[in-house]
Amino acid sequence: MIPGPFSYRKAASLEEAIALLQQYGGEAKVLSGGQSLIPMMKFRLAEPAVIVDINRIPGLDAIEERNGILAIGGLVREVALERSPLIRQRYPIIADTAEVVADPLVRNLATIGGNLAHGDPANDHPATMLALRAEVVARGPGGERVIPIDDFFVDTFTTALAPDEILTEIRIPAPPPRSGGAYMKFERKVGDYAVAAAAAFLVLDEAGKIARAGIGLTNVYYKPIRAEAAENALVGQVPSDGLFRTAAELAAQATDPTTDLRGPAEYKRAVARTMTLRALKAALSRAQVA
Amino acid sequence: MTTTPIRGLGHPVKRKEDPRFIRGKGTYVDDIKLPGMLFLDIVRSPYAHARIKRIDPSKALAMPGVVDVITGAELEKAGLAWMPTLMSDRQMVLPTDRVVYYAQEVAAVVATDRYTAADAVLAVEVEYEPLTPVLDPFKALEPGAPLVRPDREQKTNHIWHWEAGDKEKTDRIFQEAEVVVSQDLYIPRIHVCSIETCGCVVNYDRATDKLTIWMTSQAPHAHRTVFSLVSGIPEHKIRIISPDIGGGFGGKVPVYPGYVIATYAALKLGKPIKWIEDRSENLQADSFARDYHIHAELAATRDGRIRAMRVHTVADHGAFDAAANPSKFPAGLFSVCTGSYDMEAAHVAVDGVYTNKPPGGVAYRCSFRVTEAVHTIERMVDILADELGMDPAEIRFKNFIRPEQFPYKSPTGWEYDSGNYPATLQKALDAIGYQELRREQAERRARGELMGIGISTFTEIVGAGPSHTFDILGIKMFDSAEIRVHPTGSAIVRIGVQTQGQGHETTFAQIVAEELGLPVENIIVEHGDTDTAPYGLGTYASRSTPTAGAATAVAARKIREKARLIAAHLLEVSPDDLEWRDYAFRVKGAPDRFKTMQEIAFAAYTNFPQGLEGGLEAVCYYDPPNLTFPFGAYVCVVDIDRGTGQVKIREFLAVDDCGTIINPMIVEGQIHGGLTMGMAPALFEEIVYDENGTMLTGTFMDYLLPTAMETPHWKTDKTVTPSPHHPLGAKGVGESPTIGAPPAIVNAVVDALSHLGVRHIDIPITPAKLYQILVEKGVAE
Repeated sequence: MIPGPFSYRKAASLEEAIALLQQYGGEAKVLSGGQSLIPMMKFRLAEPAVIVDINRIPGLDAIEERNGILAIGGLVREVALERSPLIRQRYPIIADTAEVVADPLVRNLATIGGNLAHGDPANDHPATMLALRAEVVARGPGGERVIPIDDFFVDTFTTALAPDEILTEIRIPAPPPRSGGAYMKFERKVGDYAVAAAAAFLVLDEAGKIARAGIGLTNVYYKPIRAEAAENALVGQVPSDGLFRTAAELAAQATDPTTDLRGPAEYKRAVARTMTLRALKAALSRAQVA
Repeated sequence: MTTTPIRGLGHPVKRKEDPRFIRGKGTYVDDIKLPGMLFLDIVRSPYAHARIKRIDPSKALAMPGVVDVITGAELEKAGLAWMPTLMSDRQMVLPTDRVVYYAQEVAAVVATDRYTAADAVLAVEVEYEPLTPVLDPFKALEPGAPLVRPDREQKTNHIWHWEAGDKEKTDRIFQEAEVVVSQDLYIPRIHVCSIETCGCVVNYDRATDKLTIWMTSQAPHAHRTVFSLVSGIPEHKIRIISPDIGGGFGGKVPVYPGYVIATYAALKLGKPIKWIEDRSENLQADSFARDYHIHAELAATRDGRIRAMRVHTVADHGAFDAAANPSKFPAGLFSVCTGSYDMEAAHVAVDGVYTNKPPGGVAYRCSFRVTEAVHTIERMVDILADELGMDPAEIRFKNFIRPEQFPYKSPTGWEYDSGNYPATLQKALDAIGYQELRREQAERRARGELMGIGISTFTEIVGAGPSHTFDILGIKMFDSAEIRVHPTGSAIVRIGVQTQGQGHETTFAQIVAEELGLPVENIIVEHGDTDTAPYGLGTYASRSTPTAGAATAVAARKIREKARLIAAHLLEVSPDDLEWRDYAFRVKGAPDRFKTMQEIAFAAYTNFPQGLEGGLEAVCYYDPPNLTFPFGAYVCVVDIDRGTGQVKIREFLAVDDCGTIINPMIVEGQIHGGLTMGMAPALFEEIVYDENGTMLTGTFMDYLLPTAMETPHWKTDKTVTPSPHHPLGAKGVGESPTIGAPPAIVNAVVDALSHLGVRHIDIPITPAKLYQILVEKGVAE
């Protein structure tokens, strides 16, 4: 488990990092927390010629609310999300998600930006960001652009980011009143990728009906997906066990998992249904007190 | 006069080895660095079965820093292409014409640093012609199956057939039995996964003609003998040092090809060689455990009295029989599978089979196939209870060997030394509130919830063993201790067994402290260096306390007998007028007149009686008269998540009886670790191959070791039934929990589903496997 030869470049600024990415093109990989990249290099599944380390670039590790959005810097570590009072109080769905990423050793280094930019359908934050209708901010040679999360995940390990772009920030709409979300993950053991996981976000109107719904699913499709039919079935309805079961079934139908050591595809679909149901119930109870 | 407490048997002495471990100051093999040391790495096969057409090392040899590439053809010239296994089979060190399992060693690269070596491994070009592999042992036995071992005279994949018990009597009872239950059980391949992988550093000193090997070995003396026999190097010119070992669990008993290649390279190149496996190599190619396909039957009366047991097992040993069982026991002690129950007859047959999978069949913390035996009987007793509509506790009480039957001769020929099974199970049931749990289960079932209670009342068999029956490659399985008391009353103990985390440096010091009345902190324990430690067979199969522990006690008693003569001399009385009491020799009737061991030790060097040799030391090579039979009663309570198939262990109580306890804290730690290692194969661990024989579980992402997060809060308790034949009454404990836990967990899960007609589930009970059963039974959520 020794990686192939590579050279290491440490970027002091975004501009320098982008210039390095331009210089080396597809030969280079961005090192953020490194918790996916380094194992892949050790197994020689990835053999980048150049590593561009962005960890020392200042200004990418803030968690703050401004102008009706929550902005999370691309270099924010999972452990910071877990411990942030702002996240725990106002965005518990993100704390749910950060807490179940791998294990504490990984979370000390792993970043939310890396979790999204890796484009791995097994990663946890993508589903949550899909449910929350987040936006991703990318910086490249031509400046900054904002990518809606629905356009961000293109394929397995492929995102809308260009090879010379760096994910700098994630923007999430601030939670309206009577809203709540939750992330439910089923894993074989701690540190494992999800057998299936679901993120659910609900906004209730004054009458208690569901005004808006977001459901994202982890590791049950070739890329992270939003369960649109399930969301549509919820909107305008009064929450009930039967309604949630219907939505969970629709979410399960949106999946196309692969059979592997985590279980047969049919099983994963069933777990996606169970996790969606449980996430919806948890989201509702949070929305009812928010 | 010493005022320091002795802290002998029964004291929870903190482990003497821990200060260096928790400070990161242990010395493991990979910490050994020698000047000019080169690094060895291994090219491994991507095929489970293939002919090797060509190996071209030229590109690797052209890389800067690459010193050598070693192939099987070269080793063959030196007579080292094959080596003997501990089971008297032979195993390829490096292949000359074919590979027979995935990740098998194909060639070795030597380089000036380990990074270059890793790159060079990829530069060695090997041309393979893939052959059809055979992975299923039943298919391997069919006519026309691919032959795994064409090198053997017998052109079959069948290795050996082994039997125990009385076939005729057993068959007769089965014919006339009122009730017969039968079940197929599969115990999958698992891996020991010690934190430290295997490796060695080999240094050949041309000036002294001496070969020194630092090696991750559970049995350094036995390995030295094997090395001497294989290489022809005289045994006194080989020194094996097994330094701090990061876990063994049976995986460091076999000799691996890497050790032999590294030794060859060191002799050839005249430079020290280091070889350390990485995690995937360890998982993919080192000895596995289990892989038993068991068909078991019980014959019983209608009122639940077990009369006989019949077992046939097909044992998948992979491509080489590289297990480490005693010579006469190719299936280990599997015939102890009649367990804790008194029955009229039993017959056990095992067939060993070659397949295109890595070699082995080592005991993984289970004393020679006892896990398989206990799993079989503890499952079968539950299946019989289910057949008869009896409570699993009731059927056990009805069939237990009664306390007055010990020493008990089992129908397969073992003599159980001591036990009190009903008392231990009763203690467990009372502590966990068994009747109340059964009531709760009935209520939950009525609500559609799935809760189960599982019992395992296992008997272990450890401490191999008596030399008349037990040997490895002819070397008798005694063990040894050598004690030397210094003039100021401190002592050094050297033992033939080798700790890998069991705490020998503490417990063996406690034995000496108890026997000699010297404070435990004044006693140092050394082991693992074949130049200094007395010969022994090493630590595995829970044998250290039963064998070397006994040797230590007996050696200490020899010292005490000499000390009595010195004390008599000092007190000017006859030796017969002295008695050993309260850690001193006291004049009978005048207990205030006494000499402590510290005073006696000083006199042994300064003022000993005429006619007596000076000094105070003794050696013992202890040949145990019998094995010891620890036992226990475990109760497990589980809840099943109907939405995911996940098993949640709500409660687990382990009541163990390992005879006299030397250090209760270490025993508790052993039990906690062992229970987690028992839970692991029950719910998580399994080595999986695809249809080509490629291993799919070669990393910890796929081979699931449970962590603290998956581990429930273990509750432990004990009963104490000393062994009548061990000098201390101790029995050994390291493996009891690993053996007892899996059936307790499986029995609980099956119990949760028994009302739905579920009678057996093979391990590991993964969520996916269990959910499928829930779907079939119509109870999935």
